[in-house]
Amino acid sequence: MFVPAVMTAIGLTVVVLISNPDKARSETKPQAAEVRVDNFTFGPQSLTVLVNTTVTWVNRDDIPHVIVSDEGVFRSNALDTDDKYSFTFTKAGIYPYFCGIHPKMVGKIVVQ
Amino acid sequence: MSRNNLTEANDPTLIQHDHHHDGIDRRGFLKCMAWAGAGTLCVVEGGVLKSYALGHHSKASAVAKGQLSFVQISDSHMGFSKPANPDVIATLKAAVDKINGLPEPPAFILHTGDVSHLAKPEEFDNVDQILKAASAKDIFFVPGEHDMLNDDGKSFLDRYGRGTQGHGWYSFDKNGVHFIGLVNVINLKAGGLGTLGPEQLEWLKNDVRHLKQSTPIIVFAHIPLWSVYPEWGWGTDDSAQALSYLKKFGSVTVLNGHIHQTMQKVEGNVTFHTACSTAFPQPAPGKADSPGPMKVPAEQLRSVLGISDVNYVQGKHALAIVDSSLA
Repeated sequence: MFVPAVMTAIGLTVVVLISNPDKARSETKPQAAEVRVDNFTFGPQSLTVLVNTTVTWVNRDDIPHVIVSDEGVFRSNALDTDDKYSFTFTKAGIYPYFCGIHPKMVGKIVVQ
Repeated sequence: MSRNNLTEANDPTLIQHDHHHDGIDRRGFLKCMAWAGAGTLCVVEGGVLKSYALGHHSKASAVAKGQLSFVQISDSHMGFSKPANPDVIATLKAAVDKINGLPEPPAFILHTGDVSHLAKPEEFDNVDQILKAASAKDIFFVPGEHDMLNDDGKSFLDRYGRGTQGHGWYSFDKNGVHFIGLVNVINLKAGGLGTLGPEQLEWLKNDVRHLKQSTPIIVFAHIPLWSVYPEWGWGTDDSAQALSYLKKFGSVTVLNGHIHQTMQKVEGNVTFHTACSTAFPQPAPGKADSPGPMKVPAEQLRSVLGISDVNYVQGKHALAIVDSSLA
């Protein structure tokens, strides 16, 4: 009577771990990533992250920049030197963006 | 910017162009750049532009005594405080001193944008306070991208755009010259250049429709209306359409800022000119990794900042543009 009960409990635990590894990672462990704005470029220009990652742009230029999503998903205020802007991506997809005042500067966040 | 350009700027033969042969098609263009204290005087007569280095312009100064004289200043970037120029207040004051020292007091001032660095009210306040000391009391503004940063330009337009159309475009007449202030710094698209947009283009078309072709036209806008260097965003996507509405006019002059250095070009009936910044210089096109502020030794800073003094001689369709440094 005693031994089978323990085995059952262990079995259930194992099933839970195997069936929900992605869910556990995406919902309970938010990630962070950084994009450097330097010399009028975004680095990296294409950044791949997991769902629920907060991406922070840091402006290392002497000139302000504005982070603007092509599709209107996000938009920062003007970032002066060393200012930061963060956005948390909760849905998978490709998010192209550019600098609102130097539109030749383009980048994208790929969320998986 | 290389020292070679100084030589170019000093050679008036390099930017002479007879416009009667080609309409508006692009052809070899020539430019000059004022550098290291060498101001450039540009005289336009019937579409032909000649430039003279300051100090060698006795011929041109006779022309420069026109019936309308005004000054263009640009890119004061009030609020900027980085090493390229930690004191933009002092250099704007120096620009005002330069204006007040002109032999012919200007009728008014054109500011071609980037009045402020971050569009903050206190930055605009500082500029207003400094410009109050200028001999010319009328100042006409168009916004730069820095002036329209956070609120779709509301704080700029509330202050400088009263009575204007759309996002701040307008026109006015002085001494028979038709002035057109355009805005090409809003609704910018990813990967693109400056933009005027359909609404403004339509307005421009109607604004000039009934003008006589002999009317001299002066267009002023922040970002150059010609392709100075698209790789750095130094151009305007739909400027060709705007210029097509100005084809019929015998004399069109386009005054821009944004690139923080002087440059001229003649294309058909149109003469393009960009002004220096009063705040900090930027590199010549492609001469640096990016168009960020160019650091020069402190003692040289004022030689790469400046103002442009423009004279119009009525009846001769002549414009003389004198770029002088703050040094």
